[in-house]
Amino acid sequence: MIAYLIRRILYAVPILIGVNLLTFALFFVVNTPDDMARMQLGIKRVTPEAIEKWKQQHGYDKPLLFNGKAEGTTAFTNTIFFEKSASMFVFDFGYSDDGRNITREIQTRMLPSLAIALPTFFIGLLLYVTFALLMTLFRATALDMAGVALCVVLMSISSLFYIIGGQFMASKLWHWVPISGYAGGVDGMRFVVLPVLIGVAGGVGASSRWYRTIFLEEIGKDYVRTARAKGLSELRVLFRHVLKNAMIPILTGVVVVIPLLFMGSLLTESFFGIPGLGSYTIDAINAQDFGVVRAMVFLGSVLYIAGLILTDLSYTVVDPRVRLQ
Amino acid sequence: MSTILSVTSLTTSLRNGARIVDGISFDIAAGETFALLGESGCGKSMTALSLMRLLPDSVHVESGAMHVAGVNVVALPEREMRELRGGKMAMIFQEPGLSLNPVMTVGEQIAEVLVLHQRLSVDAITQRCIELLQQVGIPDAPRRLGEYPFQLSGGMKQRVMIAMALAGQPQLLIADEPTTALDVTIQAQVLQLLRDTQQQSGMAMLLITHDLGVVAENAHQVAVMYAGQIVEMATREQLFAHPAHPYTQKLFAAQPDGKRGGQPLAAIAGNVPPLGEVFTGCRFAPRCSEAWALCHEKIPAWAEVAEGQGVRCHLYSADAKNVGWVERSDTHHLPNVDDGYRCAPPILSEALLRVSDLQVHFPIRKGLLQRTVGQVKAVDGLSLEIGAGKTLALVGESGCGKTTVGKALLQLIRPTMGSVRFAGKELTGLGAGALREQRSGMQMVFQDPFASLNPKMRVAEILQEGMDALNIGRDSVARQQRIDKLLDQVGLARTAKWRYPHEFSGGQRQRIAIARALAVNPQLLICDEPTSALDVSVQAQILNLLKTLQQELGLSYLFITHNLAVVDYLAHEVCVMYLGRIVERGAVEDVLHSPRHPYTQALLSAVPRIDGGHTLIRLTGEMPSPANPPQGCHFHPRCAQANAQCRTDYPAETLLSGGKEGEAPHRVHCHLFS
Repeated sequence: MIAYLIRRILYAVPILIGVNLLTFALFFVVNTPDDMARMQLGIKRVTPEAIEKWKQQHGYDKPLLFNGKAEGTTAFTNTIFFEKSASMFVFDFGYSDDGRNITREIQTRMLPSLAIALPTFFIGLLLYVTFALLMTLFRATALDMAGVALCVVLMSISSLFYIIGGQFMASKLWHWVPISGYAGGVDGMRFVVLPVLIGVAGGVGASSRWYRTIFLEEIGKDYVRTARAKGLSELRVLFRHVLKNAMIPILTGVVVVIPLLFMGSLLTESFFGIPGLGSYTIDAINAQDFGVVRAMVFLGSVLYIAGLILTDLSYTVVDPRVRLQ
Repeated sequence: MSTILSVTSLTTSLRNGARIVDGISFDIAAGETFALLGESGCGKSMTALSLMRLLPDSVHVESGAMHVAGVNVVALPEREMRELRGGKMAMIFQEPGLSLNPVMTVGEQIAEVLVLHQRLSVDAITQRCIELLQQVGIPDAPRRLGEYPFQLSGGMKQRVMIAMALAGQPQLLIADEPTTALDVTIQAQVLQLLRDTQQQSGMAMLLITHDLGVVAENAHQVAVMYAGQIVEMATREQLFAHPAHPYTQKLFAAQPDGKRGGQPLAAIAGNVPPLGEVFTGCRFAPRCSEAWALCHEKIPAWAEVAEGQGVRCHLYSADAKNVGWVERSDTHHLPNVDDGYRCAPPILSEALLRVSDLQVHFPIRKGLLQRTVGQVKAVDGLSLEIGAGKTLALVGESGCGKTTVGKALLQLIRPTMGSVRFAGKELTGLGAGALREQRSGMQMVFQDPFASLNPKMRVAEILQEGMDALNIGRDSVARQQRIDKLLDQVGLARTAKWRYPHEFSGGQRQRIAIARALAVNPQLLICDEPTSALDVSVQAQILNLLKTLQQELGLSYLFITHNLAVVDYLAHEVCVMYLGRIVERGAVEDVLHSPRHPYTQALLSAVPRIDGGHTLIRLTGEMPSPANPPQGCHFHPRCAQANAQCRTDYPAETLLSGGKEGEAPHRVHCHLFS
């Protein structure tokens, strides 16, 4: 198992290099430093001198991959790729265009993101599984049909509608919670409730319907018939036998997103004014701040790989047949 | 003897009204085994599930009564029914691999029953679980309790299923094809266990099976089911001495065995009628060779033919006697065939296929760098020859490597070592292009016709694909003509080519699979268990077809199977495989009728026989893993005659008899003869 983990982490290195090269190519080859400087300076102030000055200030005046003028290893280190991209492997993300330390920024913004994403994830999972189990218990009855119909309706509605509709009703009409904003500590709870609720509601349709399908597939299997032949009640069959087996496919889809919860949600955070990583990314994209975008893409792929490894590990917990080697 | 189960006019139907089980009645006494015999789709399993009230959502019991120990289970509220299930009545299923919960330990699964029905304390439960596992013959029971089903072999899993059923101390045990998924030697062990358990506890047993041999060795009473009805009911002795219903007679006649080697099997034309068909006459009439006008018009009544033997057939009714039907003799005549049906004596020449020292090893990798730490020796030094127009059977239990041999011959798996010469050409080491030129010579027919045909392709496309790939036939017109001819050859209507595989029955699909293989003019067909997914009557059709094709086209067959009766009927030579190696080979008459290797002897004795009267050589244990074969002779840990030499040296080949003109010599790998 340890050997397996080490191997998986080693596999991650070439993947991350690939991701890094790809983002590098997108940002510095397709979009040359000159273009970036022009965009940052604005149309009025663009002169060749100003561009050179901007490039010097921001460290874009070096060759892209290989510095022919330098000696030895500095031929590789004294380049834009090394300074802007290679340093990300040690999680040194450098500075954003407005001069802030991106690493520190990520650290402070992680908490608000988690404050929204974690409760959304866990409450959601519990609710979706429960709802799906209920539909399974009452399968092929009017209740089940109504549940499926509800799911289809819920998943057909755009998530934007949930956000705007929720804000309109809960904040504007009924004045339950503030419409947006964020504060730390217990006081901040009132800012968290609405985005969490809306996040959970937005996922009910698709997830519950999917879990129901998984449960129904399991319930048709032979071991369930055996369990019934023992004289177990339908509830015990569901909880003791079906749920355990159905957790295997459910985990595949679920565990992989756990690390990504750190990244927050782009839409929710922007709409609710939450100073998390999601809104950070959106703002950086809008401001064309490539340093931040690159950092977030890299962080995203690291977390995704971590999620995949976690998924493999979780298999060994729920499925005795799986041995990692 | 008291009656444990009494079923009266049980009718089970689909929601749309189609009757799956139509008014069946029978009784089972304590200590008695009642066999329900029939082909798939006859309603046997649905009868059992009706009894347990475990029918699928779309099926329900329409009418009738079922009394288990005096209680009518049809009328019972669900809560009380749950008390009975797993308690007084228990059930074991066909696929032990699928019927156990894969993520619960064996102990937990057995304990569940004890908690529900015996209300034991926690300590007592563990103790009782161990006792139960010991009772069903699982060695090292305390350790096994904590293991998961995937850690057990198929036979062990079925033993666990039986232990679970016994945990509630049932008075009635329903066994639905309990050994169909198991190898013969394991089947023999499990059936023995069921008989022993029944003797100890005196429970009644409902045994559902399609296998006449299993009935012959286990049942006291037999009911033959066809299309949802019981068509004949008798004691075992009566049924095997005088099968009365034409369907029962046909079932007997369709059994392949060596004595019929020269003659075609009595295949029953057509298939079991689909569910929900409305019948105006006898259900079997469309397939019955004895049917007369009345059979199609009037539903036959139940008629007693002897004390304790009844039948649902017009041949035995008063009407039949009125129109001048004579009592029929019991011997059922097989169609008379000229001697030419037996294959022409083989021409002595260079063998069509010559395999020498074939090895297929799969590496076991471990650790950080995935180093190879061992080899699974699936096939370990196998040599065989097949002459033109001959049939060689490769026999062995699951896991012995016989399917791997088939794939390695076709180079679908590249052999690790050894040579495969086909029609004088070496196939191992050929490049992809050169190999493709040889593909037309050797084709394969797979086991499961339901899974091996592409469901999204029409029959014509399936047949034409191979011809297109290998450039058989000049143009598409010629290929279309060839498709028509192929369909004629395998006995399907020409219109079949515009249809999709799912529109056909299992037997018809296997005909399509055979036509697909024949499309490219092969000289050798590798048939991997081609009939094991089929019913006996359909199996007979396919075996007859294979034999006719061999005669017409001079085909050679490599027949990979575990079914010794089929080998006896079809093959000229046979190789018996154990753990990747051939242990005995020779002409069919020699190997199957005077087997010498202890494994061959045990394998043959484990096959349940209709005529009975043979002593079972019980094999203990199961086949070891090919990753870690035993020292010396691979078979010695299970062999009763093993001596010191067997534990240290692998026996060399011994020639037992030279083989007459054109016949294969009888050879064996066993120290007893060296």
